[in-house]
Amino acid sequence: MNGIVLGAVAYDPKVVTIWSGFRSWLLGQGLEFDFVLYSHYERQVEDLVGGRFDAAWHSPLAWLRTRRLAAVAGAGVRPLVMRDTDRDLTSVVVVRTDGPVRTVADLKGRTVAVGAADSPQATLLPLQHLREQGLVAGVDFDVRRHDIGVGLHGDHVGGEREAARALMAGEAAAACMIDANHLLFAQEGTLPAGGTRLLTRTAAYDHCVLAAGPSLDETSADRLSQLLLSMSYADPDVRHLLDLEGLTRWMPGRESGFAQLAAAVESTGFYDAEGRVTATGYRP
Amino acid sequence: MTTDDTPLDTVTVDLGDLGLERGARLLLRRALDQVPAGGEVTVTGSDPALVIHLTAWCRREGHTVSPAQPGDGGVRARVRRGGTASARWAGAERAGGPEPGGAAERAEPHWGLAARGALVEAGGPEVFFPVADRDTAWTDLAPRLYRQATAAQWDPWTAVAWDTSFTLPDEVEAAVVQVMTYLVENEQAALVVPARLLVQVHPHFREILQLLAVQAADEARHVEVFTRRALLKNGVMGTSSVGGRASLTSLLAEPDFSIAAFLLSVLGEGSFLSLLTFLERHAPDPVTRRISHLVRQDEARHVAFGVGHLEYRARVDPRLRGRLRSAVERRHDALAGTAGLNQDVFDALVLLAAGSWAPEAIARGWQAVQRLQADMDEGRRHRLSRLGFPDDEAAELSQLHTRNFM
Repeated sequence: MNGIVLGAVAYDPKVVTIWSGFRSWLLGQGLEFDFVLYSHYERQVEDLVGGRFDAAWHSPLAWLRTRRLAAVAGAGVRPLVMRDTDRDLTSVVVVRTDGPVRTVADLKGRTVAVGAADSPQATLLPLQHLREQGLVAGVDFDVRRHDIGVGLHGDHVGGEREAARALMAGEAAAACMIDANHLLFAQEGTLPAGGTRLLTRTAAYDHCVLAAGPSLDETSADRLSQLLLSMSYADPDVRHLLDLEGLTRWMPGRESGFAQLAAAVESTGFYDAEGRVTATGYRP
Repeated sequence: MTTDDTPLDTVTVDLGDLGLERGARLLLRRALDQVPAGGEVTVTGSDPALVIHLTAWCRREGHTVSPAQPGDGGVRARVRRGGTASARWAGAERAGGPEPGGAAERAEPHWGLAARGALVEAGGPEVFFPVADRDTAWTDLAPRLYRQATAAQWDPWTAVAWDTSFTLPDEVEAAVVQVMTYLVENEQAALVVPARLLVQVHPHFREILQLLAVQAADEARHVEVFTRRALLKNGVMGTSSVGGRASLTSLLAEPDFSIAAFLLSVLGEGSFLSLLTFLERHAPDPVTRRISHLVRQDEARHVAFGVGHLEYRARVDPRLRGRLRSAVERRHDALAGTAGLNQDVFDALVLLAAGSWAPEAIARGWQAVQRLQADMDEGRRHRLSRLGFPDDEAAELSQLHTRNFM
């Protein structure tokens, strides 16, 4: 059976709805398309680079590892598209408004709550940001990790929410999360309105990317990209899928927004140069 | 904030100290509604997290945000409106009009449970209702009948003086219990049939759903009062015959909305109007008399709905009468081998009309039940005429109606 096979990680039941819906739509446009689901990103990365399927809906961390593995294997990989909502995100480090921490330097000797070990937005990026501010995790301050959904690269919101709870419970002096979840946690009451203060914020970075693997020929890759880019929010057949996936339109993929995460991977030794998983205590 | 109705390229919204997590979103949406896609909203406000939250919110909503430059007065950010919000409603349509006259000829499956007249976003799940054509279920009488029905609801606990003191001879009380037992099983059929029809009808035709819902609720009350009267003195129910239940079961098997309404409301409940009049006249006690009176009022409304619907449908579908005739004949054939009315019920009606066991009284009672059956026949013929059947055909069809009355 020919056609494009895409891999996606089943971090939530809605993933089935989303990709089944996209599949129907793409088939309707004349593109033979199917998908397979993985329970975590590491195997998805390995199988993409190994040519077991053709394209992957990747976390940013998965994309960085894909690059490393592909370089070693001499396999051609490239980013195709990303969501408009994947561009220019930021993570924040927040403290209690009534707490003693006023500056980043005040975190020295204290505890910082983060998400899962493999969460770019709630762990790797904010800790890298603090490192660039002069504070090294595990040396200058303790890290309290919340390993929920390990292997999902932070797609599961649970770790971030637990970090926020730890902050309000007084178990940590600061908590790390993506900007949108700071708003979400305040709306849902996990963080009391006005109860937290922004201590510092990362520079803008990019998030998920749909990546082509070595088994996807250029013509097919271009056809898939063109169709996704042509999806319109005005089309009721796809609008509910776009809502579920959290985008209003697809944008061309770009690699310019992953430098901070690459630095974090480097400084923490999350992967080695050949793309092997070397993070301590990380078992998807 | 600018309140001019004309879209402007730029408006300003001051959020005060309100954060996005506490409702500033409403003010932002209101301001963004005032500019076209590509237009700009200038945001001022003092919430410390405003710019971060605004950035996250705009990303999700498809707007573009730029933080204010130094020296930009009190401005915190500028939001350029994206096209997402308007795209959502681009293909939206009104689901008919809200008034009864606005009901569409065909209710679309994707309108689903939307209120009639609502602006319905395109897409979404399609909900299949077998009755989606207006003419299949509609009657222009429905809004008025629903209003009457809701105004005429009565409370089974208070509308009947259950503690009224009376004593009947044992055999007369037993006759009442037998008739009540028969009425309960008939009313249970009359409850289940409209409830089944209700779930077939697209909610776009809400007046029909409302009427069927009240009709089912009426029957639930009837079941209540007839049961309560049956048990009032001795706490034991009467008999239920195979023939009676076979007749009622054949009503449940009818899948077509109009035919089910015809068999139940026009022929069955129509015949019951005569029976309830008979019971009110010959009731041996005030409780039986009162409940017969109350129930008859409700049943008259159900008959009016059935006749009204079929008159409407007969006007738009000339083949309807042929199908109604076939349904009566089919049901007659199906019930030909059954006993019809429970003999115990027939005898109970005679005794109630007789009032005693004296032979001349029984003769009067017998005559009264003969008149009752003649009245039922006349009523059916009259209603069949209203539906456009010629007199001879109406008489023939009336004779084919079930001997169980319902």
